[in-house]
Amino acid sequence: MTYIAKPKFHHPGLPKNDLGYTHRDYEGKISTLCAGCGHDSITASIIEACYELSIEPHRVAKISGIGCSSKTPDYFLGNSHGFNSVHGRMPSVLTGANLANRDLIYLGVSGDGDSASIGFGQFAHSIRRGVNMTYIVENNGVYGLTKGQFSATADRGSKSKKGVMNTDNAIDLVAIALQLGASFVARSFSGDKTQLVPLIAAAIRHKGASFIDVISPCIAFNNHAGSTKSFDYVREHNDAVNRLDVITSRDPITVDYAPGSVQVVEQHDGTRLALRKIDADYDANDRLAAMTFLQKHAAKGQVVTGLLYVDPDAEDMHTHLDTVETPLNTLEAKELCPGSSALEKINASLR
Amino acid sequence: MSDQSPISSVNDFVVRFANVNGSGSASANELFARSILRHGVPVSPRNIFPSNIQGLPTWYEVRVTEEGHLGARGGVDMMVAMNPQTWDKDVGSIEPGGYLFYDSTKPMPTSKFRADINVIGVPLTAITNSTYTDPRQRQLFKNIIYLGAMCALLEMDPKIVEQLISEQYKGKEKLLSSNVHALHLGRDWALQNLKCPIGLQVKKADKVGDRIFMEGNSAAALGAVYGGATVCAWYPITPSSSVAEAFTSHCKKLRHDPETGKAKYAIVQGEDELASIGMVIGASWNGARAFTATSGPGVSLMTEFIGLSYFAEIPGVIMNIQRAGPSTGMPTRTQQCDIIACAYASHGDTKHILLFPEDPAEAFEFAAQSFDLAERLQTMIFLMLDLDIGMNHRLCRPLKWDDARQYDRGKVMTAEMLDEPGRDFGRYLDVDGDGIPYRTYPGTHPTKGSFFTRGTSRDRYARYSEEGAVYADNMQRLMRKFETAQDMVPRPLQANAAKPTKYGVIYFGSTAPAMDEAIGLLEARGHHLDRMRIRAFPFHSSVASFIADHDFVYVVEQNRDAQLRQLIVNENGIDPVRLVPILHYDGTPITARFIASAIGDHQDHLKVTPLRKAVS
Repeated sequence: MTYIAKPKFHHPGLPKNDLGYTHRDYEGKISTLCAGCGHDSITASIIEACYELSIEPHRVAKISGIGCSSKTPDYFLGNSHGFNSVHGRMPSVLTGANLANRDLIYLGVSGDGDSASIGFGQFAHSIRRGVNMTYIVENNGVYGLTKGQFSATADRGSKSKKGVMNTDNAIDLVAIALQLGASFVARSFSGDKTQLVPLIAAAIRHKGASFIDVISPCIAFNNHAGSTKSFDYVREHNDAVNRLDVITSRDPITVDYAPGSVQVVEQHDGTRLALRKIDADYDANDRLAAMTFLQKHAAKGQVVTGLLYVDPDAEDMHTHLDTVETPLNTLEAKELCPGSSALEKINASLR
Repeated sequence: MSDQSPISSVNDFVVRFANVNGSGSASANELFARSILRHGVPVSPRNIFPSNIQGLPTWYEVRVTEEGHLGARGGVDMMVAMNPQTWDKDVGSIEPGGYLFYDSTKPMPTSKFRADINVIGVPLTAITNSTYTDPRQRQLFKNIIYLGAMCALLEMDPKIVEQLISEQYKGKEKLLSSNVHALHLGRDWALQNLKCPIGLQVKKADKVGDRIFMEGNSAAALGAVYGGATVCAWYPITPSSSVAEAFTSHCKKLRHDPETGKAKYAIVQGEDELASIGMVIGASWNGARAFTATSGPGVSLMTEFIGLSYFAEIPGVIMNIQRAGPSTGMPTRTQQCDIIACAYASHGDTKHILLFPEDPAEAFEFAAQSFDLAERLQTMIFLMLDLDIGMNHRLCRPLKWDDARQYDRGKVMTAEMLDEPGRDFGRYLDVDGDGIPYRTYPGTHPTKGSFFTRGTSRDRYARYSEEGAVYADNMQRLMRKFETAQDMVPRPLQANAAKPTKYGVIYFGSTAPAMDEAIGLLEARGHHLDRMRIRAFPFHSSVASFIADHDFVYVVEQNRDAQLRQLIVNENGIDPVRLVPILHYDGTPITARFIASAIGDHQDHLKVTPLRKAVS
């Protein structure tokens, strides 16, 4: 429970990152979610990714909507400002925050109810605008806080805990994000941290709209036989196209990759993404091919995971708006107010 | 001809142009209004338009008023009937002895006219068609030709109109000369064929002074530029869209970095009003000054977020350009009908600050001030305009700015402050009794000052809590903050009657010019009223004392349910009997005639001495 104080002491030998921070500096309050919840693994992966990237924790703004997933920003990056906003409206709040200060890192955390139902519109439009953010959907196909109703990402034919069959078609947020022009699109599984951590790290370093759909089984309401979002089902049907190494230094890549097995993508900030191919034909720079690949594999009941698409030359909303480099929230009257002489001219033009 | 003596009036009459939407008449009509202004005679023009782009009827009314009465007057002295669809209604609306100006190219049956008006026919189509071959030119220049004829009929100085045309088409010589040519075509025809001038005349005066002629929406947008707004998120809705459009054009001229050319502002057209207010809240949370412009239906959509901003104490500015509701209502007609909806917007116990500007000059001032208030009070501020102020040109005092003025960013704790020894930061901790806590911007300090913002109950240190006492403590502090606001918002303005009186009148916003004029009409009937113009909610204590000082007080407003009166009764515990509602809500702007008649009749009844008292 959040009101239980988390002990601050830790092992003196705890490793430190480039900034001298330990893992503990990236943690938040104790989770109030159910024991074994997939979301807690995602929280741990976010902590790990931020630690590895040596991000200053307070330079992250974490924003969420409403729901189990949206509670999690309280459980990581305790020195960051967090905003648990309104159901389905994380994207607009994040967009506004980003407009105000382009220099912070924006982490949007949402769920399948939050993003695929009530907030489907806001999800779509924030992606369309190319907001520089990492948008993570913790996707369990079910409403947890209200005890087990289907969400819009629940597959047709999937069974609820009470045995009811879902007859509606599912929304695949990854497919939609690709279509809407997200410049970084990935899917992962909360049970596969080794895949998820580098994806989150790469998404944070990507300048543009990054979207990660993380299948995150609901231990309380959607982890039974007949569910397509259970741990067992996702493990059996997980079809990873690649494994990602994020290389943040500018040093030459020293790891020995077998020829033709790696696709290296260099991003704007110099980060290189080394994609170790599992599916030899998969090209993570081809949006159209990615969409086709997804559809084909979904039809076979497979859950395609990995870095599915990245545009290394992505632009973000501030580029489109041509805003000043200085964050807008730091501008003062002398920079913003045209003053009385300009006003006199305006008055004169209105006579 | 007329069996009624023709109306004869210099610098005091109403001309109404009846046009077809999309015919290009708007610019010619505005030129007419501006030309009269340049004669030194105040005008008050109003657009009366349908929710339509092309084809439906539209009217432009110009009240010529040397006395400077800027409210709508009611009645039409001269109708320029350019729209066959509305002919009968238009002809019917002319005052007896008034004038009808029409296109006489095709003969009209006499049954289509009235015996008590003066008919002026100009063969506009014939003149136009014999001069122009291009259909679009024919349509556009026809408007300038009738303007030319009006010029002759009202004895306006053609040089003034030419000067305005040359200012409008500066650098576009071809357009300039062809417009001037069309103007003279109309004027010359009228001078040669009609008795000029008619009874209505414009004579040069010196009654405009240094006043400016501006739309309220543009003024509010300029106020946002001066007030330091950097983020504007909006969704198109009549009659507010021109706020965001004006903000865009003001920013293009005034807010680009001179060296890099980059924008010191961000404007995003949201996918809906929910996204717009979400962006405003996100930007304000992150320390930028942000606003949205909308109308009633937009406010309805925003209400969940407005509750969040109240409870989580996030600043923001909503400019509500009111129109007639409910639902889609009359989207192009004016009302003051969102008072209650905005004052108590959202679920749970909420109260918000409302500002009521009377004209563009005040819209500019209040818009700029609203950002200071929003950040000082860490709450949403509603700038309550309406269509009448927002979308019409209004003569008002010039805009002023004091260059020494600094923005009041409110209680924001910086990294240096957080590092001060003994400094205690609690996001919802009231350190000095005004109900306003300190906040920090995200990214301020590596280890201090961060907090988790939520719409859920929390303690003074922003820690989640569902304890009843903790919740109540916070709600009481929010009330305290609202009381603090009372002395920060613009105060009511009071003007006493020439003679001591037992009666008062309260009014606000766009009712002001009609009310000022009505006072004169009422005095002529022997009724004297002290008046108070309310400029903000929460109400200053002087509102209650004003009411206490009078036997009863009229509350004049432009809605059906007496919303301001309800708010006064509710918030100040006033006996409703003391407040007499005077309500105008047909979508047209309130007039002095209406107010004077409603209040005058009520006052007259008071003077009737009962013949006998009812036996109990």
